[in-house]
This record gives sequence, C-alpha cells and structure tokens, in this order.
Amino acid sequence: MPAVSKGDGMRGLAVFISDIRNCKSKEAEIKRINKELANIRSKFKGDKALDGYSKKKYVCKLLFIFLLGHDIDFGHMEAVNLLSSNRYTEKQIGYLFISVLVNSNSELIRLINNAIKNDLASRNPTFMGLALHCIANVCSREMAEAFAGEIPKILVAGDTMDSVKQSAALCLLRLYRTSPDLVPMGDWTSRVVHLLNDQHLGVVTAATSLITTLAQKNPEEFKTSVSLAVSRLSRIVTSASTDLQDYTYYFVPAPWLSVKLLRLLQCYPPPDPAVRGRLTECLETILNKAQEPPKSKKVQHSNAKNAVLFEAISLIIHHDSEPNLLVRACNQLGQFLQHRETNLRYLALESMCTLASSEFSHEAVKTHIETVINALKTERDVSVRQRAVDLLYAMCDRSNAQQIVAEMLNYLETADYSIREEIVLKVAILAEKYAVDYTWYVDTILNLIRIAGDYVSEEVWYRVIQIVINRDDVQGYAAKTVFEALQAPACHENLVKVGGYILGEFGNLIAGDPRSSPLIQFNLLHSKFHLCSVPTRALLLSTYIKFVNLFPEIKTTIQDVLRSDSQLKNADVELQQRAVEYLRLSTIASTDILATVLEEMPPFPERESSILAKLKKKKGPGTVTDLEEIKKERSSDMNGSAEPASVNASAVSTPSPSADLLGLGAAPLTNSAPPPSSSGSLLVDVFSDSASAVAPLAPGSDDNFARFVCKNNGVLFENQLLQIGLKSEFRQNLGRMFIFYGNKTSTQFLNFTPTVICSDDLQPSLNLQTKPVDPTVDGGAQVQQVVNIECVSDFMEAPILNIQFRYGGTFQNLSVKLPITLNKFFQPTEMSSQDFFQRWKQLSNPKQEVQNIFKAKHPMDAEITKAKIIGFGSALLEEVDPNPANFVGAGIIHTKTTQIGCLLRLEPNLQAQMYRLTLRTSKEAVSQRLCELLSEQF
Amino acid sequence: MQFMLLFSRQGKLRLQKWYVPLSDKEKKKITRELVQTVLARKPKMCSFLEWRDLKIVYKRYASLYFCCAIEDQDNELITLEIIHRYVELLDKYFGSVCELDIIFNFEKAYFILDEFLLGGEVQETSKKNVLKAIEQADLLQESQMSSSKSGIEYPSSCRTRAALKVIPPTLLHWAMMSEADGDMAIEVEPSHQYSITFYCRITDGNRRAV
Repeated sequence: MPAVSKGDGMRGLAVFISDIRNCKSKEAEIKRINKELANIRSKFKGDKALDGYSKKKYVCKLLFIFLLGHDIDFGHMEAVNLLSSNRYTEKQIGYLFISVLVNSNSELIRLINNAIKNDLASRNPTFMGLALHCIANVCSREMAEAFAGEIPKILVAGDTMDSVKQSAALCLLRLYRTSPDLVPMGDWTSRVVHLLNDQHLGVVTAATSLITTLAQKNPEEFKTSVSLAVSRLSRIVTSASTDLQDYTYYFVPAPWLSVKLLRLLQCYPPPDPAVRGRLTECLETILNKAQEPPKSKKVQHSNAKNAVLFEAISLIIHHDSEPNLLVRACNQLGQFLQHRETNLRYLALESMCTLASSEFSHEAVKTHIETVINALKTERDVSVRQRAVDLLYAMCDRSNAQQIVAEMLNYLETADYSIREEIVLKVAILAEKYAVDYTWYVDTILNLIRIAGDYVSEEVWYRVIQIVINRDDVQGYAAKTVFEALQAPACHENLVKVGGYILGEFGNLIAGDPRSSPLIQFNLLHSKFHLCSVPTRALLLSTYIKFVNLFPEIKTTIQDVLRSDSQLKNADVELQQRAVEYLRLSTIASTDILATVLEEMPPFPERESSILAKLKKKKGPGTVTDLEEIKKERSSDMNGSAEPASVNASAVSTPSPSADLLGLGAAPLTNSAPPPSSSGSLLVDVFSDSASAVAPLAPGSDDNFARFVCKNNGVLFENQLLQIGLKSEFRQNLGRMFIFYGNKTSTQFLNFTPTVICSDDLQPSLNLQTKPVDPTVDGGAQVQQVVNIECVSDFMEAPILNIQFRYGGTFQNLSVKLPITLNKFFQPTEMSSQDFFQRWKQLSNPKQEVQNIFKAKHPMDAEITKAKIIGFGSALLEEVDPNPANFVGAGIIHTKTTQIGCLLRLEPNLQAQMYRLTLRTSKEAVSQRLCELLSEQF
Repeated sequence: MQFMLLFSRQGKLRLQKWYVPLSDKEKKKITRELVQTVLARKPKMCSFLEWRDLKIVYKRYASLYFCCAIEDQDNELITLEIIHRYVELLDKYFGSVCELDIIFNFEKAYFILDEFLLGGEVQETSKKNVLKAIEQADLLQESQMSSSKSGIEYPSSCRTRAALKVIPPTLLHWAMMSEADGDMAIEVEPSHQYSITFYCRITDGNRRAV
C-alpha cells in the first residue's frame, strides 16, 4: 500500500525538518528554530490572509518545534481556524495541534467546543471520529461539561457507525476518569452493558474498557455485565484460531479483548454457580492451552497467549476460592520461573507474590523456594532480583523464616544499592515477625547493621531497642552481643547507637565478667565517641549518666569526661547542655534520686511496629516498593511509637535531629521520673528550663484563622520575633500547604521545632504529613515547611500548629490554628436554575438543612460577598435565585471516602443589616460546619 | 495506559502521547528521567520495570525505543504486544517503516496511534480496520486536494549528498532479526543522522537509494 504518497506533501515542512536534522549543534538548531518562529509569526500577523494550505503548513511546523521540546505560545487561534475548516486535511491538523498543545484559555476552548459540536452533529463518521479523539485527548473540565451528556447518546444510538461507537466509548471513559461527577448514570448504562454482545469485536473491545472503569465505581449498576462477559470469553477461548479473522493475533484469538474481559470480571466476586461453572471451564481451558505446544515460534504468539494466561491467573487469585485452580496456577508459574525468557520469569515472580498470600496456594508456592533463592543469586537483571526478594518475603513463614532471612542477609552483601534499604526493612520485619528465639532476632539485626549499616533506617534500630527492653529474657544476651560487636575496629554508627543504648540500660548484666567490666564497657563506648555525629554523641552522653547510676565505681571517670572542655564548652548547644546538666545531676543528686531518675526504661506499650503497620496497609505483603512514603511517614509514625509509656506531651513528635531518641535525651529526666514525687520537684528546680507542654493558642489567632477560610495565601501569625506565612493549594480531597517561618530578629532561633497536631477526633478524618525543618533558623532567614494534606472524611476542628524554639536563651512556645477547613475541599459545580432548585428540593430533609441568621459584621457589598463565596470554594450561580439580591452557590466536597454535594443560599437584608444563610447538603455535620465557617465571613 | 513515548537511541524524543493530564514541565521531567533509565538498561534485561508507582513496558525496534507507562493492575505482556501491533501498523502504512518515516511524517504517526489507542485503551485491534480508517481519511484528503501535488518528496538538498551508503534499518525487520538469534544484529551508527542525505522515496512507495 503506497500510503505515504497520498495526500499533500508539505514540502516546506520537510525542508524545515531536514534543516533541523542537519544542524550540527544545539545552538544552530535553536537559531534555525528562532528564525522559523519569527517567520511564522510574521506570516500569521501579516495583512495578507493565509490560505488553508499555508496555515496548515505553519501550524504543523509549530507542532514539530513543540515536539522537539521548545515552548510554543502562539498559533492556537490559527489551529482553531483549521479545525473549523471543511477541508478534512486542515481539520485534521487543527485537531492534532489542539490535542497536543492544549491551552486552558477558556475563550479558545469555547471556540474549540463549538467546532467539536458541529463535527459531532455532522453525521460524517470521519469528522465525528476526529472530534471524539480530540475530546478524549484534551479532556478538560470545560469539554467534559459540554459533552458529557452528549456522548452517551452517541454511544447507544442505533444508527451510530461501529467505528464512532468505539471512539465514543473510550471518549466517555476518559471523561469519566477526569470528571466522574459530570457523567450522569442513566438509562444508557444498561444499553452499554449489552454492547458486550455486539457483533463487532472492535466495539466489544472498546466497550469492555468503559464498562470495567464504570463498574469499579458503580458495581451494582453493571452487575449484569458479569454473565455477558463470561459467555463472550467462553466463545473466544473455545474458538479455533482462525474463527475471529483479523482479531486473531499470531494464532491467539482476540487476546486484547480476552484480557479486558478478565479484568472486568476482577471487579466482582465469584459469580453465581451457573455462570461460575462456565467461567471455571474457561479458566481451565486457558490453563490447558498453556501446556499445548506453541502454534508459532514467534515471541508475539507466546506473549499474547501468556498475557491472557497471566490475566486469568490474576482472576483466579482475585476469586481465591477454587483451590484446584490456584494450585494449577501456581504450578504453571513454577514452570515460568525457569523459563528462558526474562520477561516471563519476572512476571512469574510477581504473580506468585500474590499467590503466596492465599491460604490455598501458600504451601504450593513454598515448594519453589530453592528456585527463587537461585534467582536471587543468578539473575542478571536487578528488577528481576527485586521481584525475587519480594517473593521470598511473601512466602516466608515460621517454617522457612531462618532460611529466608539468612539468604536475604547473604544477598544484602552484594545487593544493588537501589534496593538495599528495602531489603533491610524486609529482613527486619521478618526477623521480628517470625522470631521464636529472640537471640536470633538480635543477631539478625546486628548483622543487618554490620552489613548495611547505612541503609538501616531509624525505625529498624528503634525497634530492636523496644523489643530488648520489653523482653527480659534477651537483655543479657543483647548486652553481651552488642559488647562483642563493638569490639570491631570499625563499626557502623548505628551499632554505636544500639550499643550505647543497650549497655546504658543493661550493661550491669554483663559487668560481672572481668572481660566486660564497667570501666571496659565505658572505655569501649568512649573510644567511638569522637568519630560519631552529634545525635549519637548526645545519646552516648545519656548512656554515661546511666552508667553513673549503674556503676557508681566509675562515677569519677565519667564526671571527668563530662567536665572536660570538649564537652562543657562544646560548640553544639545540645551536647553542651547535656554535659552541664548531667555533670550537675551526678554531683548534687543523692544516690536515691539518681536511681529513681535513671532507672531502667519502662517497657514500651506493645503495639505494632510502625514498619509492619506500614507494610500491612499495602495491598500485598510482598509489594513494599514505595520507600518514599515510608520515609515521609517516618517522622510522624516513629516518634509516636518509640515514646516511652509515661510520656510527657512536650516530647511528642519532635522531628529535630538533635532532639532525643526514645525519650532518653534532652528531657529524659522529666520523662522517666514518676511525675508527682518528692524528687520531681527537685528536678524541676535543676532543669527549670525544660520544654513545657503545648502552649495555648496565641491571641488573635482565631481572627486570622477566619480570614483564611476564603483565601489560601497570606500571613497567619506575626509577633516581634516570628512571622508565619501560608501558601496553599487544594485539589479534590488533596492539598498542600507551604508554611513559611520568618525569623524577624537578627539572632538565630535554635531547636526550632514546628509540629502539626491533630486532635484524636480529627486524626481519622484528616491525614497530614510534614517533613521536619532545619532546627536552626538564622536571623532574618526564612524556612519553609510543606504539609501534605489528605481529607479522608468530613471534619469539624482545625489542626493546631505548635512551634517551639529557643531565642537568646529563652524558650518560646506558641500555637496557632492551622486554617485547613472542610470548605478547602470544595469543587465548584455550575448548574442551571432548574437543576439547582430540583436538587434543593431533594435535600429537604430537616437534618440536611442548616440555617443561620446573623448580623453583618462588615459593610454589605455585593461584589465582596461574591468574591467571598467564590473564595469559599463553591460556584457562584448567577441568575438562579429569582431575587437578584440573593446569592446562591453549589459545589461538591471531596473526601477520600465520599463526595458530598452542597448547595448554599445567602439572603442579605440591607435594611436590617442582617444575613440569612442556608446550607443544604446530604450530611448534617457538613451542613453544620460549612454554615459555621461561612457565617463568620460577612 | 498513562503515556507512550518513542525515542531514539540518542535520547531524542520522536513521539509522545499522554493519557493523563500533566503540566509541560512534569512531562519534560518524566521524559528526561525515563529516557535515561531505559537507555541505561542492557539489551537482555527484561522489558518491564517499576518506576515511581507505574510499570514501564518498553521494547526496542532498531534505533527506536517504544516505551509505555501502565498502572498497577495493567497487563505487561499485552502492553508489549500493543507496542508491536503499533509498529506493525506503522510498517504496513509506510511500507517497511523506519525512524525517518516517523520523523518526517510525525502527524501520520499520531493519526495512526489515535485510531489504535484512545484515552490509553485499545480501541481497535484489527489491523485491517485501523488501516481502513486511515486510508479513508487519506482518500478524503486526496479528493479535496486534487489540485495539489501528490507524493512526498524529501527535499532536494537531501539528494545531493548521496555518498554515504547506509540504509536506515527498518523497525520491523529489526524485530524479526533480534528474535531470530536472540541478540542484536544491527548497531545503529551515530552517523545515522545523515542518512537522510541519500534516501528518498518514489511515489509508488518502494524505497531505493539514489
């Protein structure tokens, strides 16, 4: 087919492209492009009207320049002209340009929409196709609004051509993905389901994608698709390889459609017995076919065949109800584990991970352990080895934990840097989860630190300490083992931390042995001191003061160390403070007080390890890949779970690096002392400066809070020391807030610790993630903190931002309300007057309505009021209310769990200087909260 | 599918198709990172990799890499065959397609892709039906453009430097070869850039060197 010769060669375009290709350097290319851009600009601006051909040529050149990676900021208008042309060739280029270079210019979108509308109405299938492609490619909100109602009609109309139906189905799918709220379910849904029976396999293919996406959100509505999909699938898998003509791909009948149908079935639980029998037959046939000799040697044949097979296995795993099928699937994957195609080995490992979590196939998966371990050792591709690690993790249980952990540790010695941290996490979790013998656990973690100390994250070593402290049968062993490990000439800093902590608590358990006498222990630790970073040194100082209590005989040695200039005059304020305080404590406190203050840490509350909790949240036990997320959560999670039982509020969530680990630091004394005792008061005297609890709200913060309800940026708080600015953005149920802390003085702030606190009521509804900021803020400097926000469900309160820092020796502690309010998750909805009142009536249940009548606090200016309603997040609907003085708005509150439609109406009464505000939503609490928030604004 | 990228061994982007809304900046960043990642991989490695929270499926045809990003539940193998089917479509349309065809007729490559995939989903898997749609469009084009010159000619400046005698490898031919012996048979020379200088097409669609 001499296809390319057809149509219109755009000679100028070809010359231009070859010019660009002949450019010897980037500079030459840019020069040539700029020349061309200038030329095109002048042509577009020129007096002479361009003919369609030239316009098309220039638009094409612009497109080419854009695709080379340069910015294009003009030509949109010309493209719109082209797509409104009657000439197919011009129209096509116009559509292409718009599809690639979408511009949110609403004026332009209106023109485009107009052209699309004409083409959709043209009844010319080629034009309709172009228009539908364009909607699917651009898919902006405005387009969705304009066409979401129209496309279902085209899709189910009896006289629509097959090819247009296909485009319409996928176009609708795209619209639904981007703006689900704009695609109304209706009569058309049942007719769409019946497209599964269509004669044209192309239509079925497109429709199956659409139905799958819709069924995920509206399973009830599309339930009938299950039996239709099963019978379609059954017809395909039993057909001879030639039956489906062009839909057979390398001897595999309709592989794309088969995969899509199997995906659709994964939206539902196993079907009713009648349909189920037929489905089981299909799945068996697919499994049987895998054993048949290939019909072609081409890789396309085996890929297509196996694509269907893997999707069938996914469905079997999803149903998780037919032990026979599960075991067969497992055996099939077992064969693939040793296949010569790397791709198949990779997929088999991946798929087996999910099989391992089924009770029916877990044992069958375990039989492949040797092959998987071998893969870990011999695979040349790191992504395949990663899958092997995942699978080992997933198949691990009490019976094989020792072997798997040993193999993973082995592999860790040579593992790629990119996956070490993940392996460390997995080993740590497995060692803890399946430890029968905690000495094995301690050995494993110490090995981890030895082999890959850099990759051992804080939660891993926090956890080993928690476990040692909680289990007294392992404490002596742990002390002995860390003592021995510390003998190594070079040991990782994490080991020093663990060693320091454990010896500080349990060094006495091994002090009877002359080889590990108190002095030897102390000297051993102190020999590492100078090589360590500040946080570790701080921890070691705490160990030393613990030693003073454990081993009175070396008290003077320790005091000498504390007294040395390098400690007492240390440049780091944290170290200096500890040295001074500990020295003072060891000098003035009696033995009794020392014993009370420095007594052994109480057991940690038994709760799930934060790493494990994190992993369990993930879908499969073997799919921990998102380390980033773990890191993100680390600061908030770890501080919570590593706190000792008798924790004082001040220590919660202090992300500053020099702050204390496990509460054994800056405020360790207030932490571990039994609070109201006689010794307590003494301590308060000695350490009168220690951090206090969260401060009450700063004055005026409520006013500022209210100002942020209708806006996202501005100054939240300011006093003579500190200014806090905010910048935030929200989209659907997610948001991000940038908090800027400005130091207005010329002196450093030290230990600067901002903490976002959600009350217990608020916590389940609002997820906030923050990263710690630098604890030092220079005079005149500004630091920034990002808060990632996820609204899980509707909420009432606002989170509190607590800031603690030291300024010139005094401790500052202040709290402000953080303006994260429910209305931030509004998406405006435009609707006609008729729609509005229809919905208004639907929400007539007295619980759904909340009304407030109040006196105006500000001058009653209509423009300002409008701006506030828009700022509040809802759409401002003009010409809806019969009384033009009234304001009405509509929008949808997006939360992770639900979406709540909201309607509001504000009626001003100028004479009385009063407002009446009415909120109607489907949820009482939401109406209530929105009404409260908005009433404050006028 | 979230997006599809075609790029050369030199890392030059030849086609990009995005099925999720992203800013230009993000697109550029993703492209840069992904091109680097994929080019760094060795020939025998597996065609799938995890990248951010997506799965990347890629395959090399002669000098061109075809690279798709799919989501967690999507099927890797079928995506690999989506790529292959697209190459077949290009091949059938251009007649032994090579990278140059895609460079000089990039708009056609987009049109064909739109007929095959829409919104990131397979729209039509039948080769015949996709090409029929494109052909109809071409006919429509021709009838409207009867006065215009027919046939693409690469610029005359291209023909003067006919000395170099390298025919750019065609994509599908490559796929067959690499399958046959399981290894790479042709290395594309960096000088490939100049291949335009001797290569032209005459109107009946056959290819010859001049």
